[in-house]
Amino acid sequence: MSPSAPILAVRDLRVGFATEGGLVQAVDGVNFELRPGEVLAIVGESGSGKSVTAQTIIGLTRSSNARIEGSVELDGEELIDASDATMRQLRGERIGMVFQDPMTSFNPVYRIGSQIVEAIRAHRGDVGKDEARARVVELFDSVGIPNAERRVDDYPHEFSGGMRQRAMIAMALALEPEVLIADEPTTALDVTIQAQILALLGELNRKRDLATILITHDLGVVAEVADRVLVMYAGKVVEKGTLDEIFYDPQHPYTWGLLGSLTRLDRPRPKRLPQISGSPPSLLALPDGCAFRPRCPHEFAKCTELPDLRERITDAPGHCDRCWLDPEEKRAKRQVEGQIGLEAPA
Amino acid sequence: MGRFVVRRLFGMVAVLFAVSVIVFMIFNVIPNSNPAQALAGKNATPTLVKSIEEEWGFDNSLPEQYVTMMKKVFTGELTSYKPRIPVDEQIFERIPATLSLSIGAGIIWLFFGLLLGYLSALRAGGWLDRLLTGVAVAGISIPVFLIAPVLIYFLTYKVEIFPNAQYVPLTEDPWEWLTHLILPWFTLAILSIGFYSRVLRSNMLDVMNEDYVRTARAKGLSERKVMTRHVLRNSLIPIITLFGLDFGATIAGTAIITEVLYSLDGVGSYAAEAATKFELPPIMGVTLYGAFFVVFINALVDIVYAYLDPRVRLGETASA
Repeated sequence: MSPSAPILAVRDLRVGFATEGGLVQAVDGVNFELRPGEVLAIVGESGSGKSVTAQTIIGLTRSSNARIEGSVELDGEELIDASDATMRQLRGERIGMVFQDPMTSFNPVYRIGSQIVEAIRAHRGDVGKDEARARVVELFDSVGIPNAERRVDDYPHEFSGGMRQRAMIAMALALEPEVLIADEPTTALDVTIQAQILALLGELNRKRDLATILITHDLGVVAEVADRVLVMYAGKVVEKGTLDEIFYDPQHPYTWGLLGSLTRLDRPRPKRLPQISGSPPSLLALPDGCAFRPRCPHEFAKCTELPDLRERITDAPGHCDRCWLDPEEKRAKRQVEGQIGLEAPA
Repeated sequence: MGRFVVRRLFGMVAVLFAVSVIVFMIFNVIPNSNPAQALAGKNATPTLVKSIEEEWGFDNSLPEQYVTMMKKVFTGELTSYKPRIPVDEQIFERIPATLSLSIGAGIIWLFFGLLLGYLSALRAGGWLDRLLTGVAVAGISIPVFLIAPVLIYFLTYKVEIFPNAQYVPLTEDPWEWLTHLILPWFTLAILSIGFYSRVLRSNMLDVMNEDYVRTARAKGLSERKVMTRHVLRNSLIPIITLFGLDFGATIAGTAIITEVLYSLDGVGSYAAEAATKFELPPIMGVTLYGAFFVVFINALVDIVYAYLDPRVRLGETASA
């Protein structure tokens, strides 16, 4: 882990939305720190609260029926109660965001270049249109869009999905932000393009010393670029640790499930891909105790009490999880079917 | 773009041709439509009717009659039966009144409809939105033939703010033209103001949920820019189509009731007159005039559309 001070610190973040059915606690006590040059992956199923966490950081979840508590500090500055004007200035300028679906994330009626020029000029009023356009051409070059000079004047529908996502990344980086939040940046792309986009993100991260939050449900993506991993389930972090810790010594049965559902090319092909049975609980009717309990094959009496997120293995500081099982028991159990989890490194 | 315009022009001619054939056929299929009998009068002798038939060409075959009539349309010789007045003269004489009424009303309904819709969408769910919703529903529900007498009664009779009816040509006296038209304009526009404000409101609420609006916020645009450049701009595209259809239809006929109520001697009242007298030449003339405007304005809309939505432009070059 790099020794530098964290650029972004999220503490006890709780985000709830008042709905007709009651208060939906979409994010329930999330903590993490992010340092320059680091890639933090937030992993979880749909509805686990990962996107809400990300959007809350840049203030996009603010609304009259949202209840936001806790703290988000960007370089020491508190963002949760910052004014809308402050948040607006910081979006794009200090925190860039890349969204899931590049097909729908550009406005179809404006040229791609002009949409990025718009982002630049929203923050740098003194930058002229031509100057901003030249900057966009440079950016397009740096994210690997060929014929940049010509393509800035294309409309979104004239770009392929992968090129649009590159343009999206160019837009997020236009003002050289300190933090980049990529919300499922590869989900809508096909596999070869995914690999290219991930390589690009990794490269930018190293070159620019960018602090990156990568939100995904795909552990394959995580393995590619992340330094640390946060696994979320039903609004709570159920496990966090370094990439190696999560992949080689996963502690929470939910993490085992996620890892087990990966197709492995280095193993004999199973008849069926393992899956996590059932579906995520409704946030309006969470079970007592551990939220994963109803789907967990290893549930026992103590699970009706909510486990706290803490270090449970002695030799791995910072590797925390929310599961009552004894670490040794976990290691034994996750191997039972031979497919869930991974063997410890030799 | 050139090919696009040419293609549209061909389309227009085809539509006008189809309309003329249909009107002609309907007129001849409807029973009790021997115009010679009507021209000859109640106590006419069969010889008189016969001679009129020959004189007007009613005894020719239908295709022949159609061709003769269309020739007259193009040479401007189309005349009504009783009295014998050239149809095109009648229409052209009345076009200024109809266009003044329709264009003015169109501008008013577009302006107020969009303004109210925009405010409604910005404050969706709030008291202003609810108030404007009520106003819009009232505007849509109250029929023109109720609004007009009420306005006339209160604003020209009780309190003499506006002059009573009649069309004053713009070239004659612009001020009188304006004051005479204000009530008719609003009468004609009120339904569309309500309707357009509802449509724009719902378009905007849809667009607000689009991913690109979230992107616009994420890049740090001010809320005003997000709303105008991204939400409003994209919400206007369907409105343009709607306006083209409605505006064409207004010129072609919707204005009739308002024209009659305010005694504006426009094409609408001529059309109503022609329909009651059941004479083919004026009906044909008025129908072609109406169809022309509908088709022409829709062609304009398509061109504007291509400008507003680049995806349409692509489709055009691909198929051209």
